[in-house]
Parts: sequence; structure tokens; C-alpha cells
Amino acid sequence: MRYLSKKNRAILREMVSTDFKIRYQGSVLGYMWSVLKPLFLFAILYVIFTYVFKVGKNIEHYPVYLLLGVVLWNFFTEATVVGASSVVAHGDLIRKISIPRYLVVISSSVSALINLALSLLVVVTIALINGLRPETSWLMVPLLLLELFAFALAVAFILSAAYVKYRDITYIWEIMLQAGFYASAILFPLQLVPLQYQKWFFLNPIVQIVQDVRYSAVTHQTITMWDKVRPIFTIYPFIVIILVSVVARIYFKKQSKFFAENI
Amino acid sequence: MSKNKPETALEVRDLHKEFVLPQHKRNSVKQAFVNMVSRNGRTVQKVLDGVSFEVNKGDFFGIVGRNGSGKSTLLKLLAGVYAPTRGEVIAHGGLTPFIELGVGFNPELSGRDNVFLNGALLGFSRSDMEAMYDEIVDFAELAPFMDQKLKNYSSGMQVRLAFSIAIKAHSDVLIFDEVLAVGDEAFQRKCLDVFEDYKAKGQTVILVTHDMETVKQYCSRAMLLSKGKIVQLGNPQKVAREYSRLNQEEIDKESGKKNLRTTTIGLRVVIEDMDGKGRTSFDVGECLSVTTSWQSMQTESLPNSIVVNIYRRSGEHVTGFKTKTDGLLLGPGDSSVTARIKLDLFPGKYYLLVQSLTKDDEEIETIIEGPEFTIKMQDGMKWAGLVNLEHEWVSR
Repeated sequence: MRYLSKKNRAILREMVSTDFKIRYQGSVLGYMWSVLKPLFLFAILYVIFTYVFKVGKNIEHYPVYLLLGVVLWNFFTEATVVGASSVVAHGDLIRKISIPRYLVVISSSVSALINLALSLLVVVTIALINGLRPETSWLMVPLLLLELFAFALAVAFILSAAYVKYRDITYIWEIMLQAGFYASAILFPLQLVPLQYQKWFFLNPIVQIVQDVRYSAVTHQTITMWDKVRPIFTIYPFIVIILVSVVARIYFKKQSKFFAENI
Repeated sequence: MSKNKPETALEVRDLHKEFVLPQHKRNSVKQAFVNMVSRNGRTVQKVLDGVSFEVNKGDFFGIVGRNGSGKSTLLKLLAGVYAPTRGEVIAHGGLTPFIELGVGFNPELSGRDNVFLNGALLGFSRSDMEAMYDEIVDFAELAPFMDQKLKNYSSGMQVRLAFSIAIKAHSDVLIFDEVLAVGDEAFQRKCLDVFEDYKAKGQTVILVTHDMETVKQYCSRAMLLSKGKIVQLGNPQKVAREYSRLNQEEIDKESGKKNLRTTTIGLRVVIEDMDGKGRTSFDVGECLSVTTSWQSMQTESLPNSIVVNIYRRSGEHVTGFKTKTDGLLLGPGDSSVTARIKLDLFPGKYYLLVQSLTKDDEEIETIIEGPEFTIKMQDGMKWAGLVNLEHEWVSR
């Protein structure tokens, strides 16, 4: 494949490893933080949502349900926010050499993906402690993660290309993510939403992904798209993701010619 | 294919590059150097204006030009970093991967990590890099420092490391941008050795430099850019001369502005030994003859006196003499004057700065970087320091 030729893979590998080396630069625990962060996040969520806001008391394994959602959302946030500024952040490279521009965006989302994998290790451990046992339906999860990765990457491509010209992009995107966090039903079970509004949540492709992961891995009490819309409409999130990807490809390709001079 | 015609490695056809300047950047320093055209209210900066040339396989191709002439933009177009506004760059056999040394170097990473990072950006796989890692470190002479962070390296060490990786790059065409501008003399020597090596191997090299000596010595072909256009293309000696002339013109123009004077009198300086042979290398105590000539028709711009200054290459002004104060008055019939100077100078490199002045001591024309000469090292110097002053001993 031309896109990930031997040369490009070598660049990608070095960029991702640089990213990790720099990230934990000077910290005593270093890489451990990639695991400690989701662990403490879980502790906090667990205390708040089982003792203070008992929103999930009707859902089995709610702490795992919650943590899984947060971890997936954090991945999407990291991949798009870091991805959005990736081209500008690597301006030094882009102004000097002609490496394929998409590599810097991909490298930032691969970094996010590695973080996601580490976080998921924590989630699985907690799930097992919580009494969940591996099932064949867990096999769906990697496919759904791939879908989430594709969506995050496509969004990151659009944002990163736009950010070169319009530096307001990251602010706007962060505000959208704030809203998106609630629109993605991460912190609360969808059951809490009035029945007539539930299906509208699925306009957001992330809701389909997160709910399906929860359904496959945690509990069948999760409301999924299949419960809410006619089967034919379950194709909707894929159409959105494909459309966004096509736009991303065209826009990024067109803009990337001028990155070096516009940064 | 005929064997006589050299194969083309790189073709540039009618290359144009314009930058659209954001409004608030309008009054930038860059403006001083480039042609500005206003188009639909936007300010467009024409950096390259129809450049066409070819680089043949095995060429050592020098690109020279003043700051702002479009050299860097041209390099970036050649390397595919910029997209041309019009025209095209045709690289026969792969794009050239790099422009500057140490691309991607990260100060927070160790020297070792930076080697691998930079290597990947130059197109090497991990295993390629592992195979040549030791060689790179040896060449850079940095083996004891490879686990230190790059930020703790001196700038010289960083350049050495970067250069050691860069010379490993194998590509049909290699581009070097001002490599010689950095590093100490020993490092520059090393660069030149590498260039020799490239020449011997028939590697195609494109080199941007300000050092005309390098152009004259190493380049097989050269090109002079000015204001985004090719002024001279081909013979490196001619290009170097034209570059110096262009610089001179610019200096004259600037000093001319100050003096409200635009005349030049074609001032020329030639150095010879006492036998009238052109030489640039002398022994301590040998005599140098400096002949300054001019051609002027108008009486008001006739030089009334000539000043010859000797500078060390490192910048020290060693000495200077003026015809008038030495008692020689130049008349309208004169068109040259020769100074004979005994070179009681310490071995090293020197150059001349020659001025022509009116009778009111106003500058007419100056040659800032005049001819250069070297005083040869010799054993058994009879005196110490920069110069040997006239002296005598008296014992009582």
C-alpha cells in the first residue's frame, strides 16, 4: 500500500514513539500514568455515581458501563483535539521536508489509540473484578473501535487542515466537544432521557458506537440503535462516517499542498 | 540514447511561485526584497518569476543569490515542500527528501533517539538505521554523548550529528542548503571532503551557498538568482563573478543613496607578485603589488586619492594607506596606481578593501571584498604577533 509504505511506517513509528517519550518526560512514574489516569478516573466516577448521583442503579455493572463510555469519549476527544493541531504543531517538519502530510495526523491518532488500548486494559480488569466474564459478543468490540477510530481520524483530518488557516477551529471544536459529551450520553444511561427524545441521540454516530460497545461488552440493558429505529436506518452512522471521510480526504488533499506556506 | 548527451536528473520548467500575504503582514521586512503586486485587494508576493533550468546526472549544481532572491523558495519547490503557482518540477527518480540539516530534531530526546527520528524522516527504515548507527556516531565523533538529551549538546555538536546523518541519505539528487554557514573550520573541512567524495562518485548535488570559493572550486554548473529570475546560468566562475558584481552594485547603490551619487568608475583591484605574476599565496616578508585601476570620463568623479586597506579574514583591520597622505597626488591623466607592500604579516588569510575618494575625501567607489591572499606558514619566524614593525635595538 502506498499510504503506509515501508518509509512511511518508519516515520510513523518514530513520530509515535517520540510523542510518548516526550509526553512522560521528567515524570517519575512515566508510562504508568497511561494506566493510572483511567484507574483514578474510575475511582472518582465510582464514588460519585454510586454514592452521590445514583443514576445507574437500575443498570447492572453500571460502573463499568460508565467507565467504558468515558474511556471511549476520551479517546475521541484526544484523537480529534491533538489531531486538529497536529499539522500546525509539526510546522517545523512540514515547512522543511516533503513527508506525506497525512502522517502527522495519523501519528497523533495512533498515539491516542495506544492510550485507548492501555485504558481498555484497566477497563477489562475492572470488568472482571466487577463480575463480568468474557463472552463471544466481546468480539464485536474491536470492530466498533475501528469504526470510532475511522470517525475520529476523518474528523481530525478536516480539523487539522482547517486549523492551518483558521486558528479559531480548536476553540470552536472544544466547545462542540463539551456539548457532544452530553449529547453522547456518556455519564447517564439513555433510559434517563424522556422516551420520545431517545432516538434523536442516535443522530450522533458516537452514540451508536458507544452504546453498541456497552451492549456487546457490559450489559444487554444498554439501549442501542436497533431498539429505537427501523433496521434500515441503522446504516445511518456508517453513511455519516463515510461522508465525513470522503470530505476529509478531498479537503485535506487539497489544502495540504499549501500547508508549508500557510503555517 | 546517445551517450554524449548527459541524462537529466531534474527539470524545472517555467516555475512561478507567488505568496498571498495576509493584510497585516504587508509592511514586513520581506517586502524590501520582492516585487509586490496588488491583486483583487490582496497583496501578492512574486518570489519566483519564470525559472527554467535542468540539472544533469552527476552535476554539482550551485545556486547563489542574495537574501530574498528566491533561493530558499526554489529549494522548497524542488523538494516538493511547496506547490508551484505555475510551471513544474520534474524529478527523474524520486523526490529529494531534505532541505535543512537536523529536520525533526527534538531537544528533549537523546542523541540516539534523534538519530533514528531524523533517519526515518530522511527515508530510512529502522533496520537501515541500526546498521549505520555506529558509523554515524563515529563520523560525528559523539559516541560518549549519545544518551544525553540533545538540548545539552552545543550547537556545533548538533550540526555534526545532523550532518553525519544527512550524508548517509541516498537519493538521486541531494540538496544542501547553506551547510557551510555553520560549524567551525574543521567541520567545514569535513563537509568539503564529503563534497569531494560525492563528486568522485558522480552523485548529483544541488548546493545553495554564499561562499563563492565553494562554487568556484566544487560546482560543475551554477545559477545566479536575483529577484526571482535567473540572471546567470552555467559556468560557475562566471556565476561567482556576476554574483560579486551584483553585490557590489547593491552596495554602490546604497552608498550612492547616502552621497546622492550614482556614478561608478569601474574600480578594479589586481594583486601580483613583484614579477607581475598573479598570485594569492605569499611568503612572510615577500612583496605584494596592488594595482588599482579605474576608468572615468567625467572630471567630477575622478579619484583624487586611493586607499588600500588590509584586513585579516577573521576581521582585524591590519593596516591602511592613502595615496594623498603618502604624498602621491593623482591627476586626470592617471588611470591606475600601484602600491608595493612588504608583507611582514603573520601567516593566515587576508583581503583587501580598496576605496577611491574625491579631493574632499568623499567616497566614490569602494571594493569591500577585494582580492584575498594567504601568507604561508613557515618555520622559524623571526618575530611574533600579527605584524613586524620597523624597529631597532640599542644596547648600552
